[in-house]
Amino acid sequence: MAGRSLAAKMKPPSRFGDKAFEWVTLAMALAVVVLVFLVGWQLARGSSLAIRRFGFHFLTTSTWDPVAEQFGALPFIYGTIVSSLIALIIAVPLSIATALYLTELAPLWIRQPIISLIEMLAAIPSVILGLWGIFVMIPWLRDYPFPWLKKLFGWTPFFSGPIYGVSMLAGGIIIAIMILPIVTSVSREILRSVPNLQREAAYALGATRWEVTRIAVLTYARKGLFGAVILGLGRALGETMAVTMVIGNTPQIAASLFAPGYTLASVIANEFTEATTDVYLQALFEIGLVLFGITILANLIAQLLLRTMAVSMTTRAVQ
Amino acid sequence: MRPTTTNHTWRKMKSALAAGLAFISAVLVISPLGLVFFHLLKSGANSVNWDFFTQLPKPVGVVGGGMANAIVGSFELLGFAAIIGVPIGVLGGVYLAEYGSARANSMLRFVADVLNGVPSIIWGVVVYGLVVLRFKGFSAYAGGLALGLMMVPLIMRTTEEVLLLVPNGYREAALALGVSRWKTIVYIVMKTASKGIVTGILLALARVAGETAPLLFTAFGNRFWNHSLSQPIAALPLQIFSYSISPYDDWHRQAWAGALVLVVTIFFINVLVRLLTRGRVTSPV
Amino acid sequence: MIKTQVSLRNPVPQERTEPTMSIVEPKTSSDAEEAAAPAFAVSHLSVWYGEKPAIQDVTMDILPKAVTAIIGPSGCGKSTFLRSLNRMHELVPRTRVEGKVLFEGEDVYAPGSDPTAVRRRIGMVFQKSNPFPTMSIAENVVVGLKLNGVRNRRLLDESLEKSLRMAALWDEVKDDLHKPGMSLSGGQQQRLCIARAIAVEPEVLLMDEPAAALDPIATAKIEELIAELKRRYTIVIVTHNMQQAGRCSDFTAFFYMGRLIEFGPTTKIFTNPAERKTEDYITGRFG
Repeated sequence: MAGRSLAAKMKPPSRFGDKAFEWVTLAMALAVVVLVFLVGWQLARGSSLAIRRFGFHFLTTSTWDPVAEQFGALPFIYGTIVSSLIALIIAVPLSIATALYLTELAPLWIRQPIISLIEMLAAIPSVILGLWGIFVMIPWLRDYPFPWLKKLFGWTPFFSGPIYGVSMLAGGIIIAIMILPIVTSVSREILRSVPNLQREAAYALGATRWEVTRIAVLTYARKGLFGAVILGLGRALGETMAVTMVIGNTPQIAASLFAPGYTLASVIANEFTEATTDVYLQALFEIGLVLFGITILANLIAQLLLRTMAVSMTTRAVQ
Repeated sequence: MRPTTTNHTWRKMKSALAAGLAFISAVLVISPLGLVFFHLLKSGANSVNWDFFTQLPKPVGVVGGGMANAIVGSFELLGFAAIIGVPIGVLGGVYLAEYGSARANSMLRFVADVLNGVPSIIWGVVVYGLVVLRFKGFSAYAGGLALGLMMVPLIMRTTEEVLLLVPNGYREAALALGVSRWKTIVYIVMKTASKGIVTGILLALARVAGETAPLLFTAFGNRFWNHSLSQPIAALPLQIFSYSISPYDDWHRQAWAGALVLVVTIFFINVLVRLLTRGRVTSPV
Repeated sequence: MIKTQVSLRNPVPQERTEPTMSIVEPKTSSDAEEAAAPAFAVSHLSVWYGEKPAIQDVTMDILPKAVTAIIGPSGCGKSTFLRSLNRMHELVPRTRVEGKVLFEGEDVYAPGSDPTAVRRRIGMVFQKSNPFPTMSIAENVVVGLKLNGVRNRRLLDESLEKSLRMAALWDEVKDDLHKPGMSLSGGQQQRLCIARAIAVEPEVLLMDEPAAALDPIATAKIEELIAELKRRYTIVIVTHNMQQAGRCSDFTAFFYMGRLIEFGPTTKIFTNPAERKTEDYITGRFG
């Protein structure tokens, strides 16, 4: 029969190619697991001396004195937590409200432009926001909102003391700006995944727009929104450059939000290359270990919460 | 109890108020973008000139100079980062999309997503321990490695997503021709998704192009040209940072210029990606 | 007088006596001398998807260079059966197979058998035409050859023309070979897929409802093509369209709930079926 000649010209299939390709891609996929352990191992290894020397007191001591080789991480833990908290207090209501606006309330034509603008904000590197923070935001804060806050609330410990501009509050504000995009976009995804049936049922009962949102959408999306908040927290905990440029970099625990502070990430950024002794460097590694620990924890919780809403989280959202 | 007219009006007012607050929130959320851009242009536009792109930094205290070495350095670092991040990320994404079991893959995805949340400075610390300490010096290798490792989970997830969008019919058609599985994946599936894979890589590059923290003690920075990859190297974000916190006005001016150039480049890549994906990422069936 | 070995093996016990042998006159076939051994000898084939049995204990012989149609209501297992002939059902995870499928004497499911090699000899065309979107018409046709190692430009060009001619598409596209495969109409795309399948020179063409998505004119063209192609290839076609089965095929197999109910020459199945169920389906009492 004519025409079976080409069959002979084809190369016989080899099982080897398939197996090899599968193994190679598997190895690459496992890289993420390897990387997590690699990071943990490097941090632990690099801080082993310090861990042995300071033990648990490392987390509870507030002295950070490289000259006397006394290292305690408490000021940085305090700074990280407080600045992140301020950021969440500012950013979460704004983000969720914006997400609601974009999914439920805004006219259709305005949605995509706003979404694009938010994505552009997300793309601004931390160092550039920090640059703006130093030369634009801090002077303005120092001249207008801070004195006004002091006038109104100076009798509380939070708004007492001298105003320098660089401060814990400035750090919190700038972290808030950095996490607005991600909390907004993840919240949007969560809200979008609320099935329309929920909304329709509420409308059918004669609810107003806001009531529908409150009753049908927000309640349903509770867990996912909480996950978005924790995701933002994870991001806030690790913010480095913008924070270190506006927070003042002073290892102290002060009640006033006008006082300069220091975060775990900032102290590493600032002092790593200055660390002259082994212990100093190891202490910084240990700070890194603490930071790694809390961000992994926050991200773990966030991912678990987000997955309960069966939303496909794309990496665009998880920037 | 029947809702009275006033009750209904009050509910409607609440609804309108909520809508208004939501709108204000949206405005507040996007306003930093405008503010930052405004100042970038105001303080930086004048300084983005020929000198900026072609000259090396001048010695401390001397006015003038540019960031030529930082711009080139950033490109070199990104190139090296891509060499590390792209193969691991793309092939890993292939595995997640084409092989494996549902449960194992979902765990891997979970790990990748958690890895995405590791602060970038930690990558710097890790690579410092791995490379800088071992080879006793800051280097472009170290900086590129830190950025590359950051790119891995990003690219893995975007590649996987894009591959999953390729309709199964194409895989079946190719396999029915007696084409081996790996060739089907590489020459048919990946080829169909190639635009999406490339845009994922570009987005990851844009993301790490602005990173400063991981470079602080890996690439370290350099006031001169880098002549060897095992030497410290300048990078645009690093230069912006060190100029910003310096006491010199002229350096501040250059920092703004650098920031403007960096932001415009990153935005340009993002817009490019958006244009590329506006026509379909993969062909519709 | 051509004596053809046909075994009508009906696995479902029935009340009437079954004919043991019948002489079938194949439709005009110039290569009738070769129609000696069955192309496929399926023996007690069962396929499970996980725990669910998709087809059970199917035994039948498929003759070479003839068209065998598989008919039956939705969910009866006809697609599964078709795919089990070239091991395509294995693309779904957790499938299990029992029984034998002998293709020209060799068991397709033998432990050492490579599915890729099997599929080079047993090709498949799908319900939804799927020319590869990144490739031109020409590239689509020869992609199977290229990916299987054929590099010779001349051979590829020859195969390109030959396959397109056999798929009755050459005249329509010969000036547009560089155009994207997706730029063709639905019916043309399907013929392109047929050309693509033919290019790797299989011995069998399995067709899973190839005209289901096409309009009547395009469908007619496909049916004409099938009548031509059976001179060279063994064709097994799954169709939910009984009239199509009646028009195109030489033999018909009726499946119901995963079992083969009746198999025989098309004329007999449609005019004088042996089984009650077959008759009910043919006459439209259910479906």
